[in-house]
Amino acid sequence: MTRNYDDVMARRPAIMKQSLQLDYDRYEQAGIAFDYERMMQDAGYTFEEVQTIQRDNHVGNTPLIELKRMTAYARLFANPGYGARIFLKDEATNLSGSFKARRAAISIYHAKKLGYKGVIASTSGNYGAAVAALAARAGLKCIIVQECFDSKGIGQPEIVEKARACEAYGAEVLQLSVGPELFYQLLALLEETGYFNASLYSPYGIMGIETLGYEIAQESMAKLGKFPEMVISTNAGGGNITGTARGMKKAGADQTEMVGASVDLSGLHMASDQDFNRKSFTTGHTGFGIPFSTYPDRSDVPRSAARPLRYMDRYVLVNQGSVFYITEALAILEGLERGPAGNISLAAAFSLARSMKEDDVIVVQESEYTGAGKHMNAQVAFAEKNGIALLFGDPLTEQPGTNIVFPEGGNALKHQEIPLDSLRLSYLKRFKDQNLTPAEIRYLSEELKISESHVIKLREEIA
Amino acid sequence: MIEKMTFVQIIKTVLKPEERAPQVPKDTKRVPLEFRLKGKLLTPANIGDQVEIETETGRIETGCLLQVEPCYAHSFGHHVKAIRRVRDLIKAETEDLT
Repeated sequence: MTRNYDDVMARRPAIMKQSLQLDYDRYEQAGIAFDYERMMQDAGYTFEEVQTIQRDNHVGNTPLIELKRMTAYARLFANPGYGARIFLKDEATNLSGSFKARRAAISIYHAKKLGYKGVIASTSGNYGAAVAALAARAGLKCIIVQECFDSKGIGQPEIVEKARACEAYGAEVLQLSVGPELFYQLLALLEETGYFNASLYSPYGIMGIETLGYEIAQESMAKLGKFPEMVISTNAGGGNITGTARGMKKAGADQTEMVGASVDLSGLHMASDQDFNRKSFTTGHTGFGIPFSTYPDRSDVPRSAARPLRYMDRYVLVNQGSVFYITEALAILEGLERGPAGNISLAAAFSLARSMKEDDVIVVQESEYTGAGKHMNAQVAFAEKNGIALLFGDPLTEQPGTNIVFPEGGNALKHQEIPLDSLRLSYLKRFKDQNLTPAEIRYLSEELKISESHVIKLREEIA
Repeated sequence: MIEKMTFVQIIKTVLKPEERAPQVPKDTKRVPLEFRLKGKLLTPANIGDQVEIETETGRIETGCLLQVEPCYAHSFGHHVKAIRRVRDLIKAETEDLT
């Protein structure tokens, strides 16, 4: 068998079947639709089994901490009676230092059950360390494929650190230069090794996060006697908000406003070699958040189980400078030194809290570990070395790749709102020239969390 | 000459510029897709030689010998004046918080 690009890509369906043993064709319906819920149910684990697998692996049941001084800080800039209570689900305390351990736990358990000798995941993020740590515990071999360097061989410090963490847990780390052909390399390795594809986007990768939403709802009810008014999830590939919202619903919390938050990196091309080291966030940004919301099936499996528009009530953006600002505030006000990428939704919460009543509760649903490379100082120093100007002023004027604008005080930290209809429109554009049946319109209304008449109206706008 | 079984890092071209995917932006298309990988050197060699290594999972890969005994050099970075200023801003605003 040849390993040239076109041939390997052409063998994609067979490689996917061999590496996941999940027949996605079973869930396809007429036209553009597929049965999402059946795909999730067929994954073969009850919610209780997921909880048990995680508990056995020291994953989950992380503390929900009230950030009292952060809340008091936000209230300095709110009208009397306003300024919601901010809580943080401290996911950094999970095995491997992030919520990604929840996802990895189920994938690895499943791979072991099916008899695979090893697992492969393509990820430049915390998921790599999570897969590596859980694979180590299961006695499985592990390969992590990551996009790490630009063409000059300069590695993004955060990704270099994540490679170190994966290697610490005994994984092989294949570090690629910039480009979407990473997917080709993943397929070639899956084919060569016969290992399990521990994709972030398989049903196993999503059901592991449901416990996070469930815990938030339960803890909130136990501590406060109510479900939170708002939960904010950092949004990249969409799995985080999808799993969290599903878990909240399982606990009965179906009225909580689910907010996605990303760092605004507009203007930077994610597949550009030159732009690669001009960004200070390697995940949780709009370069993933927007395309994965508007076209979830661009992922590394035939049908992604991460479908953010099904669950998102609002989508907000913050700039890089604001996230660094709030990372510093979390350390010196709350004694919590955490990684900047995990604090994206905290920056959004700080801004959103001010327009909510003081009895309202906002839960920031993750934090992540920090260390060399994966630290605000490391990231901002790297930006400065790459000629990015460090400015103070209105964060919304930041030009990603050119400057980082820190808010000049807490009052200047503001989020920006992305109208969900604009994302829905770009989702629908792919079907612009297709006549859709009533069943397909119904499917779209579920995909986009709107009524069928709203789908029809948006389609008319595009036409 | 670097001895057999030394821990090394190789670099390999996966796709030449002309083989890159059609959707890749221009600047990326001008350069090859490469990977770097660590493992044990299987035959004595010099930097720049084409070599074979055994990786952490026991795979055999070929590539150009790039580094001997690679180590982690990432750090917390130099002192950043702007971060100091962020801290001072937060401290000044929160001085009176209980």
